[in-house]
Amino acid sequence: MSGLNEEQVMLRDAAKAWVDDKSPVAALRRLRDQGSQTGFDPAAWREMGEMGWTGVVIPEAYGGSEFGYRSLGLILEETGRTLTASPLLSTALIAASALNLGGTAAQKEAWLPKIAAAEIVAGLAVDEHPHHDPARTALAATREGDGFRLDGAKTFVAEGLAADLLIVAARTSGEPGEASGLTLFLVEGAADGLVRRRLQLIDSRGAADLAFTGVRVPAEAVLGEVDRGFDLLETVLDRARAGLAAEMIGTATQAFETTLDYLKNRTQFGQAIGAFQALQHRAAKMFTEIEMARSCVYAALDAIDANANDVRALASLAKAKACDTLHLVSNEMVQMHGGIGMTDAHDAGLYLKRARVAEALYGSASWHRDRYATLLGF
Amino acid sequence: MADLETFRAEVRDWLAANYPASLNAPMSEDEAPWGGRKMVWKNPDAKLWLERMGARGWTAPTWPKDYGGGGLSAEEARVLSQELARIHARPALMSFGIWMLGPVLLEYATEDQKRRFLPPIVRGEIRWCQGYSEPGAGSDLASLQTRAEDRGDHFLINGQKVWTSYADQADWIFCLVRTDTTKKHEGISFVLFDMTSPGVEARPIKLISGSSPFCETFFDNVKVPKDQLVGKLNGGWEIAKRLLQYERQNISAGGFGGGAGLELEEVAKGYVGLRAGKLADADLRARIAAHKMDAKAFALTVRRAETESKAAKGPSPAVSIIKYAAASLNQAKHELMLEAMGTKGLGWDGEGFAPEEIRETRAWLRSKGNSIEGGTSEVNLNVIAKRVLGLLDHQ
Ligand SMILES: Cc1cc2nc3c(=O)[nH]c(=O)nc-3n(C[C@H](O)[C@H](O)[C@H](O)COP(=O)(O)OP(=O)(O)OC[C@H]3O[C@@H](n4cnc5c(N)ncnc54)[C@H](O)[C@@H]3O)c2cc1C
Repeated sequence: MSGLNEEQVMLRDAAKAWVDDKSPVAALRRLRDQGSQTGFDPAAWREMGEMGWTGVVIPEAYGGSEFGYRSLGLILEETGRTLTASPLLSTALIAASALNLGGTAAQKEAWLPKIAAAEIVAGLAVDEHPHHDPARTALAATREGDGFRLDGAKTFVAEGLAADLLIVAARTSGEPGEASGLTLFLVEGAADGLVRRRLQLIDSRGAADLAFTGVRVPAEAVLGEVDRGFDLLETVLDRARAGLAAEMIGTATQAFETTLDYLKNRTQFGQAIGAFQALQHRAAKMFTEIEMARSCVYAALDAIDANANDVRALASLAKAKACDTLHLVSNEMVQMHGGIGMTDAHDAGLYLKRARVAEALYGSASWHRDRYATLLGF
Repeated sequence: MADLETFRAEVRDWLAANYPASLNAPMSEDEAPWGGRKMVWKNPDAKLWLERMGARGWTAPTWPKDYGGGGLSAEEARVLSQELARIHARPALMSFGIWMLGPVLLEYATEDQKRRFLPPIVRGEIRWCQGYSEPGAGSDLASLQTRAEDRGDHFLINGQKVWTSYADQADWIFCLVRTDTTKKHEGISFVLFDMTSPGVEARPIKLISGSSPFCETFFDNVKVPKDQLVGKLNGGWEIAKRLLQYERQNISAGGFGGGAGLELEEVAKGYVGLRAGKLADADLRARIAAHKMDAKAFALTVRRAETESKAAKGPSPAVSIIKYAAASLNQAKHELMLEAMGTKGLGWDGEGFAPEEIRETRAWLRSKGNSIEGGTSEVNLNVIAKRVLGLLDHQ
C-alpha cells in the first residue's frame, strides 16, 4: 500500500532536488519582500509544468501522466518542506480533479491540457465566511436566458488573483446551510462583473476576495449537475484536503528537522540543548505525531487512487492530523530556537505563518473532527 | 481602614482634577508612554499626565519620597491602582526603570546612585534597556562574555548583547559584564551607562510580528566611569537574578496583554456564530471555556500569592509559577483568538481586514515571545523543579 513504485521514487527524488535547488525557503522570502501580488514565481510554475508535475492526476488523453494522487502527494510534500509558493495544489490537484470528476468531454478538452501544460492557473472559490463550511454557500446563480448570472462574494480563494479559471460553488436553489441546491460553475478570471481583491495573508501567498456582480455564464459553464453540486464539491474538496495535508506534512517534517539540527548544534550550559530531557521528550513526541499524521495522509491519498469508499473519513482524518501536527511543530520550532526564532530573519516565523493558513484552509482540525464524527455516525 | 478611605477619596478628587479627558480614547501602540529623551508625544496630554503623576511620585508609588517616589504603603498603592483602574486610566509611564532596575537600585545601590538615577526614572525622563542576553548566553546567562576591563578610573567595555528590547530607543542601559574571566557566576558585574557613550551601537532586529522592538547592541571600547558600577565588583550575578525576579513579578501584576483588547468569547460569537444560544462550534466552545477557567485560576492564584506573601513577609511558593503560567495563558488566548477569527485572523496587512483584526494577528505572533523573554518557560520550569520542589539537578 505505502510502498513506492519506481516512478514514484524518481518523482519524489526529482522533486526534492528541484525544490532544494530552485525553491528553497529564501524563494518565498524573496517573493514576500518584493511584494509579489500573485504570490508565486511564474518561472517556477512553468518549470513545474515542464517536469510534468501539473499532469500527475490528469489522464494521458488530456496531456497528463495519471500517476495518481499518491504521486502528486509526494511532490506536494517536498514543496511543503521549503514552503514553495505555487498554484500546484489549486490548479494541478484541485481544478484538475474537479474537471476530471465532473467535467463534460468538452470541458475536459478545453481545460485539462492547459492545466497539464501549466498554461493556466486555476482556483476553487468556495468559502464565504471566516470558517470553512461549503453547505453555507449563498452566492446566487440565477437562470437568465440560456445561462446563469452569478451574484455574491467569495473569500480566502487560493490563487484567486492569478486564476485564469475559477471553479465557483454557487446556490441555484435552497437555503444557505443546505447541501442540496448547490451548483459548480466554471468562470473565467477575466469575466465581466468579477472584481478580485488581493488578500495579504500572513503566509505571503496569493489569496483573494472575489466579488460577483451580474457575472454571466452560459449553460455550458455548469460543472456537473445543477442543484446537485455538493457531492462533487465534497469529492473535490476531499482531494484538496488530502493534497494539502501532504504539503503540511512536508512543512512539519522540515520544521522538525530544522529544529532537530538546532537542538544538536546550539549549546548552553556547556552542552547541546538537545541533551536536556525536557526538550528530548518533546522532540520525540513531535516525531511520533509526524509519523502518525504521515500514515493518515498516505492512507487518504491511496484511498483516493483506489477509489475506496472511505475517502471522506480518511481525508478528514488526514487533514485534522496534519493540522494538529503542524500546529504543534510550528510552535515548538519557535520556542526551541529561543530569541532567534522570534526574528523575521529566521525561517521559523515563515513556517508558523504558513501553518496557520494551511490549518484554516478547507476546514480546520476542529471542523474535520466534527465531520469525522458525523461520518462515523455519532 | 478609615485612613485608607480618606486616601481613596483624595485620590479620586485628584484624578478627577488631573486625568486629561483626551486620554479616555483608546491608546494605540505608538502612544505607549515609554518616556525618555527620544519620546515623541503624539498627544501632549499624555505628557502632561506623566508630568503630573511623576511629580507626585505615583509612577513609582511605593518608592521612598527621597528618591522621587510616592512613599505610599502597599495598601495605599493598591488603592491608587484600583482608582486608576476604575477610571480606565492609561498608564502614565511604562518603564523598565520602574519594573526592573529601580527595585534593585533601592536594594543594592549607593546613596549617591539612588539620588542620581531613581528620580529621573520616576519622572520618565530616562528610559532604560536591559543588556543581559548575548549570542552565546541566553538561558545560560552566566556564560556571558562582554568584557569590562579595569582601566583605573573607568571600565573599558567590549562585546555584544542581543535581543536588547528597545536599545535603539533607550537612553541608558543596565548591563551585565564580565570583570573576571577565571570564574563564571562570580566574575560578573552590574554596570549602568549612557547609550550615547562613544562606541555604543544598537541595530534593530525585525520580529516575526513585523515590528522591531529589539536590537543587537555592540560595545566597542565604551568607557564607563567606575561610580556606575552597582554593588560589588564581581558581585553582579546576585543583582542580575534579583532583577529577573522583579521582572517576572511585574508580569504577574500586568500580564502580557497585547492585541486589540477584545474578549475571546465575544470574538468567537461574532465570527463563529451561535446555535441555540451556544457557540456553533462545540469543540471550540469547550476549549474557550477551559481557557477561561485557566485564566480565572491564574487570577485567583495571583491574588492568593499576594495575600500569602504579605502574611508570610516573603514570597509565597505560588509566585514561582506565575511567569510560566502567564506566558502559557497569554499564548493560549491568542491562539484561540486567531482560531475563532478564522480566515479573518490570517491577514498581514491591507484591505479585507479590520485594523483590530490585523492587531490581533500581530499580537498572536508577538505572544510567541512570551515563553522566551525574561527567561524561557523551560528555564522557569527547571527553577520550579529544582528550587521549589527540591528535585535534583541531573546536570
Ligand atoms: C521578545 C523578546 C524580548 C527580549 N528582551 C530582552 C532584553 O530586553 N534584554 C535581554 O537581555 N534579553 C532579552 N530577550 C532575550 C531572552 O531573555 C532570551 O532569548 C532567553 O533568555 C533565551 O535565550 P536564547 O534566546 O539564547 O535561547 P537558548 O537559551 O539558546 O534556548 C533555546 C531553547 O533551549 C531551551 N533550553 C535552554 N536551556 C535549557 C535547559 N537547561 N533545559 C531545558 N531547555 C533549555 C530554551 O528554553 C529554548 O527553548 C528577549 C527575548 C525576546 C523573545
